Amino acid sequence: MSQRRGAMPSTSVTRRLLLRGSACALVGIGAAPQFLLRTATASPARGRVLVAIFQRGAVDGLAMVAPYGDPAYARVRPGIAIGPPRPGQADTARELDGLFALHPALASLGPLWSNRSLAIVHACGSPATTRSHFDAQEYMETGTPGVKSTRDGWLARTVEALPAAPSPLRAVALSPFLPRALQGDAGAVSMQSVDAFDIRSDPAGGASRAGFEALYTDTVDRWLRDRGHETFEAANTLRRAGAAKIVPANGAQYPRSPFGQALRQIAQLIRSDVGLEVAFAEVGGWDTHVAQGNERGQLANRLREFGAAIEAFTQDLGDRLADVALLTMSEFGRTVSENGSRGTDHGHGTAMLIVGGAVRGGRVYGRWPGLGDDARFEGRDLAVTTDFRTLFAEVAERHLGVPAPTALFPGWSRSGPPLGLFG
Amino acid sequence: MRRRSLLLLAMLVLGTPRPAPTWAAPALVPPSGATATVPPVDASVSGDAAIVRLLRRITFGPRPEELARARRLGAPAYLEEQLDPDRAGLAEPTMNLRDLPTLTMSIPALLQAYPRPTPEALRRLAEGQMTPEAYRASIPPDHRPARIVSELQAARVLRAVESQRQLQEVMVDFWLNHFNVYAGKAAVRWYVTAFERDVIRPRALGRFPDLLRETARHPAMLFYLDNWLSTRPDFVIPVGPRAGQTAGLNENYARELLELHTLGVDGGYTQGDVREVARAFTGWTIDRPNASGSFVFRTRRHDPGPKVVLGRQIAGMGQDQGEAVLSLLATHPATARFIATKLIRRFVADIPPPELVDRVASVYQGTGGDIRAMLRTIFAAPEFQAAAAQAAKIKKPFEFVVSATRAVDGHIDARGGLALAHAAALIGEPLYGAQAPTGYPDRAEAWVNAGALLGRLNFALALARGRVPGVVTGLDGVVAGADRGAPAEVLDRLLARLVPGPVSPETRAVLTAQLNDPRVTRLTSDDRVAADTDVATLVALVLGSPEFQRR
Repeated sequence: MSQRRGAMPSTSVTRRLLLRGSACALVGIGAAPQFLLRTATASPARGRVLVAIFQRGAVDGLAMVAPYGDPAYARVRPGIAIGPPRPGQADTARELDGLFALHPALASLGPLWSNRSLAIVHACGSPATTRSHFDAQEYMETGTPGVKSTRDGWLARTVEALPAAPSPLRAVALSPFLPRALQGDAGAVSMQSVDAFDIRSDPAGGASRAGFEALYTDTVDRWLRDRGHETFEAANTLRRAGAAKIVPANGAQYPRSPFGQALRQIAQLIRSDVGLEVAFAEVGGWDTHVAQGNERGQLANRLREFGAAIEAFTQDLGDRLADVALLTMSEFGRTVSENGSRGTDHGHGTAMLIVGGAVRGGRVYGRWPGLGDDARFEGRDLAVTTDFRTLFAEVAERHLGVPAPTALFPGWSRSGPPLGLFG
Repeated sequence: MRRRSLLLLAMLVLGTPRPAPTWAAPALVPPSGATATVPPVDASVSGDAAIVRLLRRITFGPRPEELARARRLGAPAYLEEQLDPDRAGLAEPTMNLRDLPTLTMSIPALLQAYPRPTPEALRRLAEGQMTPEAYRASIPPDHRPARIVSELQAARVLRAVESQRQLQEVMVDFWLNHFNVYAGKAAVRWYVTAFERDVIRPRALGRFPDLLRETARHPAMLFYLDNWLSTRPDFVIPVGPRAGQTAGLNENYARELLELHTLGVDGGYTQGDVREVARAFTGWTIDRPNASGSFVFRTRRHDPGPKVVLGRQIAGMGQDQGEAVLSLLATHPATARFIATKLIRRFVADIPPPELVDRVASVYQGTGGDIRAMLRTIFAAPEFQAAAAQAAKIKKPFEFVVSATRAVDGHIDARGGLALAHAAALIGEPLYGAQAPTGYPDRAEAWVNAGALLGRLNFALALARGRVPGVVTGLDGVVAGADRGAPAEVLDRLLARLVPGPVSPETRAVLTAQLNDPRVTRLTSDDRVAADTDVATLVALVLGSPEFQRR
């Protein structure tokens, strides 16, 4: 079920109305009865949101969620392994379940683990064996490992699989380019800043904005007319909702980094009820070939900011977190052994996090393959025991309500039981 | 002053291109024995619409004096000037480039003047003892490496805006994208200046095999695609931070050489070919990357022995093997098609017409990859003249920003160049900033999403209001002579000047309707004082219009 953006008139309600949060869905009705019309516009639907976070550069899952209880771990990582939890000491890992511990720099996520809002899938990744960042990201974002000709992204297909919704801001990427995962027919919008997403510097007081809108509404250039339509609809919706004025709630303090600010703005979009369903942000700097560090150092610094941003996000959302699932991903992991530069090289399996929604947190999901020589992928990497599509499909289905999630991943059929992330 | 004169002289000397090829050029008749069929020049090419069409594609937006010259000479002669700007004596904006000293500096000089972080600093950064901001603050601004790329960006914009050698600048942009290197990857920052100056610029209108050969051996490419690290399987690194470790084959460059530089992803090579090509290029590395940064072939690192690529035995030993691979690829039919396809996509339409691809590929094969010959074929082609190709291309952000500046008779200095480069980055195209080897895409969908469109509109507003630092616009000249109290006349002049092609009735109607908006015509409340058209707002609307996003 795919709806071309731009074909949907923004003010008309003669197409489908979907009333979320109520059991009612009016399908294909020409004109909705007046009382339902009033209800629909009176309480804007507050639906489920998926926030996808791509850690670009292949994050070391074995440092993020350290398998300190695995006998091989410290032996092959003399300089960079995370030591077992030592309660009372500074910079010590946070115990999770006797095998795994959270990197100390991710201590801010500890409370989310305790209150079962944080779940982890380890040894997760792609069946494709490429160690090219570019190719592997392409495969993960299109959801078709090994295939380079897929036109659209898995998140775009996810949006299209959801019931049609009139919001021009249902799919938003907080980044300068529209990511591969959102390319397609979902009408996704990318913005670098919620604040700046409007016509600025207009001393003629609105003359330019109206003029530009008219130019793009009336043009015969169909393709640009559609893009213009998306743009102005989104900008107008944002302005009307006052998204830029929303300040973080509950004392949430976001890091000043681009990623922290991206999450802050995604929270603005969620809380301003503009109809957001899928959001995307990315964060780089994970490609730690040299001097990775252990409890302290380069990777630790990155993880600290990463965790703080996520924690602030959950604080900001408050109760709303029940409707929002944040999912982290990375194109592959890193080598089990330390390399000659006190770092790690490109690997295979890694760790992915799920925060919020109705997730059954406080658990590490997936089968742990072990780090012994014979358990490794190609003798060097953490093996993949959970295909990323299994994880993504489960989140799409159980959190967002996508009815046929296997269709999101052409060429894939589910094998094995679900992870059970949502009960 | 003397130092600057020397720099200027160096610029002029370094700007001298290679000697022209010895076979006869620029006749449109193919060399005898070639299978290329180059169509004769279409007589209607000298029609005015055809001139406008041509200039919109071979320039970053034609200035009035360029249109006037093309009308005087006729399109074919004008094209020939642009194809051989040295012979035509076309000027380059060397005067303004004095403010950008790094442009003429060698790699060793740059490495010395803009030092990389010391191992001590790196250690402190890695261990969190020093933040990146604190490190940057500890270096005087004039010696921060970021300046190198800023100057490159400013110069590129400056040339695109000011140079008479418009087609040359368009082709430099094209080849820099085809042979993309990312300035943000460690050492590339110090190498990319020389890459553009010494490899790309002198050959942008030359022969493709020359470009291929020189990019393969340049430190910028060797570093960016990791070939400098690639060795035979059992090679033990003798010195440096990884001394004692075994290196090995790195296939990155080989893969991109086949996929992106020559044959194309459907060019018919296998993973086995990638591996063999990678083996051939082992030993192609960089001598003292932090001091010399020059190409060197190290036999010890080379994987010797026979290699088979695309079914052919690779002759020679040592460095000759890589050279043989390059020759094989440069003459391969798939390369001819791939290069033809990309050129046609740049100049004709997002979806290249197959027959034109065939013809241009033939020209490639018949001329040994002569870029001028291929371009002549493209611009004389009926497909180029066809209505469907009109305004078929969306301007990429760099093109948009430069064409908008040229349309308002803008002139810039180095500071303006940087401001415009920054604007292009905000709209989505940071120069030298494409991380992936595919460079920036040449298709409409990549460039116009909602955030980018707003960026273009906001830029149009800022430019029209004279708010881009270092950019001087000539709006008064644009509407010179028109009665500002007669808004419709002002609009007519603006449109004729800013948009060098047809303007749709719809756009004209919207713009005319704007004239009724008192905020635009500045009617005063008592209506006694004559209206004064807000030219800046109208200009902004035109520059932001759908027509202006296309070329």
